[in-house]
Amino acid sequence: MAEIYLHLTVNGIDHSLEVDAETPLLYVLRNHLRLNGPKFGCGLQQCGACMVLMDGESVPSCRLPVKVAARSEIITLEGLVGAEGQLHKVQQAFVDEQAAQCGYCINGMIMASAALLQKNPSPSQGEIREKLSINICRCGIHDRIIKAVIKASKLK
Amino acid sequence: MAISRRGFLTQLGYVSIGFSLMGATCGGMEAAQGKNVDVLDLPPTGDRVNAWLRILENGEVQILTGKMELGQGIGTALIQLAAEELNMSMDKVRLHLAETGVTQDEGYTAGSRSIESSGMSIRNAAATARELLLKLVSEKWDVPIGELSLETGRIYGAEKDISLEELLKGQQIDAKIGKPSKLLGKTRRKFVGRPIPRQDIADMVIGKQFFLHDLRFPDMVHARIVRPRTYSAKLLSLGMENLEASPGFLKLVNIGSFVGILTKEEYQAVQLKKNLEKSAKWDYKQELPVDIPLETHIKNVADPPETTIKKGKGILVDQEHLDHHKASYSKPYIMHASNGPSCAIAYFNKGHLKLWSHSQGVYPLRNTLSKLLKMAEEHISIKGVPGAGCYGHNGADDVAAEAALMALEYPGKHIRLQWMREDEHAWEPYGTAMVMELQAALNSQGKIVRWAYDLWSDGHSTRPGGDPSSLLPARYLDQGYGRPNGGYKGGGIRNSEPYYDLDNLQIQFRSFKGPLRASALRGLGAYANIFAIESFMDELALKAGKDPIDFRLDHLSDDRARTCLERLRNATKLVVPKEGQGIGHAFSRYKNEASYCAIAALVEVDRSSGKVIVRKMWGVIDSGEAINPEGIRNQTEGGMVQSASWALKEEVKFNADHIISIDWNTYPILRFPETPDVEVEVIDRPDQPPLGAGEAAQGPATAAILNAIYRATGSRIRSLPVTSEKLRL
Repeated sequence: MAEIYLHLTVNGIDHSLEVDAETPLLYVLRNHLRLNGPKFGCGLQQCGACMVLMDGESVPSCRLPVKVAARSEIITLEGLVGAEGQLHKVQQAFVDEQAAQCGYCINGMIMASAALLQKNPSPSQGEIREKLSINICRCGIHDRIIKAVIKASKLK
Repeated sequence: MAISRRGFLTQLGYVSIGFSLMGATCGGMEAAQGKNVDVLDLPPTGDRVNAWLRILENGEVQILTGKMELGQGIGTALIQLAAEELNMSMDKVRLHLAETGVTQDEGYTAGSRSIESSGMSIRNAAATARELLLKLVSEKWDVPIGELSLETGRIYGAEKDISLEELLKGQQIDAKIGKPSKLLGKTRRKFVGRPIPRQDIADMVIGKQFFLHDLRFPDMVHARIVRPRTYSAKLLSLGMENLEASPGFLKLVNIGSFVGILTKEEYQAVQLKKNLEKSAKWDYKQELPVDIPLETHIKNVADPPETTIKKGKGILVDQEHLDHHKASYSKPYIMHASNGPSCAIAYFNKGHLKLWSHSQGVYPLRNTLSKLLKMAEEHISIKGVPGAGCYGHNGADDVAAEAALMALEYPGKHIRLQWMREDEHAWEPYGTAMVMELQAALNSQGKIVRWAYDLWSDGHSTRPGGDPSSLLPARYLDQGYGRPNGGYKGGGIRNSEPYYDLDNLQIQFRSFKGPLRASALRGLGAYANIFAIESFMDELALKAGKDPIDFRLDHLSDDRARTCLERLRNATKLVVPKEGQGIGHAFSRYKNEASYCAIAALVEVDRSSGKVIVRKMWGVIDSGEAINPEGIRNQTEGGMVQSASWALKEEVKFNADHIISIDWNTYPILRFPETPDVEVEVIDRPDQPPLGAGEAAQGPATAAILNAIYRATGSRIRSLPVTSEKLRL
């Protein structure tokens, strides 16, 4: 488990890091790059709290070795915000629909929804439910989240 | 004199410990990072205005609550209350959450009590402040109060005006909270009563620091705890040579059977924990009962019955002519299962311990830690910072105690300890299993004339409250603290008395000490009691040949309760269940004194697989004066869905050694493909006092689902959860 130098592209910025290459991406994002978006939820790829976009697809980052992630373009919740600070339409819709209680899952919900809308700009309720089936929400606000994704699909 | 002439930054009694960290943002909840401000050695007593409210030197207002934001949106409601009385825009009001030495000791953020207690204190403090400030200016300018107005931080007269900061010059309103002559929240309602969006959600969607989990300090190190094989296992050996050679290893903290490790990088601690849990040798025996059904075990170990309520003739006399019915219900252990595993940061230096915690009660935690750590309370400071939703007493206090134990052994560095998923699932204190047996008799008009209830429950709260044994690590220290006793029995009988008009009633409670750790979970005993009572009411309605809503109304004289049920009937009157579907209803008034809540559920059952899908749920809630109807709606929607998950999916499983529900696969909860659409109506009654709302939906939601399943299938499920085997044909 020797530490190596590797290059990681996160939110369009190239980082040179000295890390153990097997370290899951989540720990590197949170502790080395000091990003708050991705959260530790289970470390088992069962809950989605740690999701990021890897080459545009939403994936859990809690078990993904950083050396694998280094080959790809990584976007986190922070990276969805536009250059002028404008919210991504999914972020805006979550605010508009007040789609949170404790908010711990919101990162995964937004990342998975952003990936969905990228591929399928007007998903059905069923498609949204299917896409978010990995994402655990313990506060029970699934209905608001679905409404937020539908709303986002209608925003420009 | 209303206004203290002592400046607040120079006042004796302030000590600078650089702990209360005030965020630079305006409005909303104060961030937990930012520039240091001084904190009080002793906060003012709770009857003083400045205990709840401070006018800052930039003209903003800071309100101080002893409660915690747990995702219930309390922060926004508290800011609304203060902004209303001070006639100030909400973004000029910032909120300071529970912190020892700064805020009032308001016990725990629990029991849906935050608006009723903290909210009303803040409202009265703000209204008192308004009246005192106007009086002060009236004297200063020698003009009648009636000619002055307070608006957006300035007091206006006919010819001149003055800002609050100019008026107060950094001093605080050190005056007794009076009975304000007017509450703008009751009359004007510019902010109160409106569905004001939560500001913190805007921060969350962009990943701004909000959670304790996101706090970072220079040179912070990472801790993990090595879990034993069983609740009462004793450590024999760690079984690992050369611990020091592990990557990033900093320190082993081994006190008795308590084992914690510290590393430089977080993932190093994660791996070392995993390796040590494989290698460590424990002295343990199989201690959990698995040979008999849990309900039988509970009855076997229960104390003798205690009659908690007896009204009228009781149940036992001359009933031959009556129509009798009896039924037995049960619920298993269920867990809080926070989405974010519990976390704490501890820092020990020069004899002082600082903790950042998402505990629901920073003062009770401090009191208990002082005993566990044998340190005076004044040497411990705890700052509340939000964690993931907890829904009651989860691992928050335990992880804080563990981090504290580690910090004492490794001074001078901030130590961050976050539980792993398995720590949370397998070691948190659960909502206890319960057994509920009901008997009733109906007369020839279909009215209930006898009611008897037998209830078995463990205690529902082993919150810290001064007893070190309530903190998980205490069991494993050299000084064995053992298991906490009993816990809060009042939780078991919560809502055991039906809210219906019953003349002859008997309730018997049997306490037991169950095999698993148990503590407060949203609603406490009310959840299972209402599930049983409201299922039984439907069974009785059927026996009486009555519509279930009519049957309830026949036994309900409280108009507000009746209104909830009638509005629920109205909301669902056009719903026609299809083949395989059924609609069910239920009602309760939480604690028989807090919110009224009626819920309906439309379910669909596939008899070949036994699978239940809840298609839609409707809720009607009356929480008296609704400070923020949007907050109440959000809480009620979430409560209904969480309750649906409890009802259909959740059961903590264990083998003879320990809990085997250790992750989201072994403890499944409701996920997106199965969650219902929800619709909630909030009845706002500004003329009434506000009532606690956050837990009101739990009981009736489950009962409505079970009643709907009966309507869909003709099968009455009385033991939770409703697994597919119970309905498969």
